[in-house]
Amino acid sequence: MKRNLTVKGMAALALALAAPVAMGEVSVEEYRAMLADKDANPGFLVIDQGEVLYKTKRGPKNASLEKCDFGLGPGKLKGAYAQLPRYFKDTKRVQDIESRLLTCTVTLQGFDEAEIKKKTFADQRYNETNTDIEMLAAYVAYQSNGMRINPPLKHPAEKEARKVGEAYFWNRHGPMDFSCATCHAEDGKRVRLQNLVNVYNKKDIQATMSTWPTYRVSHGVARNMQHRMWDCHWQMRTPDIEFGSPATTALISFLTHQAKGGTYDLPGMKR
Amino acid sequence: MKNRTLILSALLAGAFGTVHAAEDLSAKVEKLVASSFKPGEGQDMSRLVQDETQKLCSKYRNNPPAKDADALNKRERATIKYPDGNKLMGDWKNGEKLAKGGFGMRIGAIEPDPTAKQKGGNGGNCYACHALDPKEVAAGNIGPSLTGYGALRGASDDIVTYTYDKLYNAQATVACSSMPRMGHNGILTPQQVADITAYLVSPESPLNQK
Ligand code: HEC
Ligand code: HEC
Repeated sequence: MKRNLTVKGMAALALALAAPVAMGEVSVEEYRAMLADKDANPGFLVIDQGEVLYKTKRGPKNASLEKCDFGLGPGKLKGAYAQLPRYFKDTKRVQDIESRLLTCTVTLQGFDEAEIKKKTFADQRYNETNTDIEMLAAYVAYQSNGMRINPPLKHPAEKEARKVGEAYFWNRHGPMDFSCATCHAEDGKRVRLQNLVNVYNKKDIQATMSTWPTYRVSHGVARNMQHRMWDCHWQMRTPDIEFGSPATTALISFLTHQAKGGTYDLPGMKR
Repeated sequence: MKNRTLILSALLAGAFGTVHAAEDLSAKVEKLVASSFKPGEGQDMSRLVQDETQKLCSKYRNNPPAKDADALNKRERATIKYPDGNKLMGDWKNGEKLAKGGFGMRIGAIEPDPTAKQKGGNGGNCYACHALDPKEVAAGNIGPSLTGYGALRGASDDIVTYTYDKLYNAQATVACSSMPRMGHNGILTPQQVADITAYLVSPESPLNQK
């Protein structure tokens, strides 16, 4: 990646990083205005870190991830994220970017899946920096920047994931009786001051999906869709939904298909 | 959303076997859930088990046939419990605190709500979905505005009972309401529901001041 943070950008960045605690409910638009210079998105630093990690020989097999196949062939990164989630023959299931990364760290590098799953997200309460898998996903996703969201829908498993993902979107459970649809199926809704995406509004869901992975100002780290799925379940008061699980993958399939035709504008920047 | 669900049901009904298709999908969702959460420290798998009402609202995407909706209302009405002494107007000041709170009941191994910090009970999360006190701007809009609720409706026994019942179990009157069944699901106790009822209805409540 060839971007450099400008001096002006760095000043704005320092402001923004100091802001989250003090500013509470400041809108993303205001953050964006502060950070008018897109080069100042701290997500770019995470992408750079992800690139180094991706190319470094690591793990019991002392291998890099450069041969990882995201659907377009081993090592073909350009445009791969734009065509995820998709069905993979080797694992015989539909995978999103993060569950696929998990597969590659296990098969190519020899890492232990259960061990990685113990700690997939940085904990913003302790100012942690991004986890390896968060950085890797940010880097791989960025290789589809500017491309159309275009997940395949040929394999029966891809059709099934999308369909069951939508049905799960309407599934009400937990002590709050919530489903995803409670908050994300109508225009113009808010929880407190936070605007809620309507996944049945094409423009709305395209704007959402095209900007993940995203830098989350309130967390001070880059976040990926698996984290957002966990976060919304946490708000729904369910147990922790598993990283890369069939349900998160089905939801992400559904959401990505709703956003088909949008253009990736990465990394995003959100509250 | 209503329109879309209607169109969807119409489309499904026009095709063959509406019920079969929906039942089939429900079974698939159940399997999906069973394979996507793991028991362990801090988890509570019982929260994933749907009651009859959650199942019905999921299957019909919150738009159940009229007959089912009536049965649902009756079933939910029967769950309503009142506080000892049947005093449905409690302490509005405590009600205000509860209405403003959003804390409580988040679980899991990653970021559970610390129960030690939680003295006054769970928050009612009312501001997530409703405008209430006109001075509080950070109000959501999933539910209708409740600003001036008591000033507009008065404080008759009927209004007090309607309000208490709505908070205790929103689905006693509105099948598949987006509002959580606060009392029935154990988010709030009967006494806490009475306190919030007073916060909505009482003429002294800031919610009813201009
Ligand atoms: C109680 C309301 C609520 C429920 C239920 C809920 N969410 Fe969310 N969701 C939110 C809020 C609040 C945000 C953050 C909005 C913000 O930061 O401005 C959000 C954000 C999101 C985003 C990112 C939006 C963006 O523009 O980047 C996605 C995608 C999403 N939710 C999907 C889901 C899915 C899938 C489910 C069901 C598993 C779900 N949500 C359940 C409230 C909810
Ligand atoms: C997830 C969103 C949500 C939350 C949280 C919520 N409500 Fe509601 N509420 C609604 C919706 C939607 C309706 C309209 C449907 C209905 O009447 O059930 C509603 C209806 C109501 C009504 C009836 C309004 C009328 O005009 O008759 C009252 C009173 C009410 N809510 C009070 C509360 C209070 C007090 C709290 C906090 C303890 C609360 N609600 C929490 C969504 C919510």
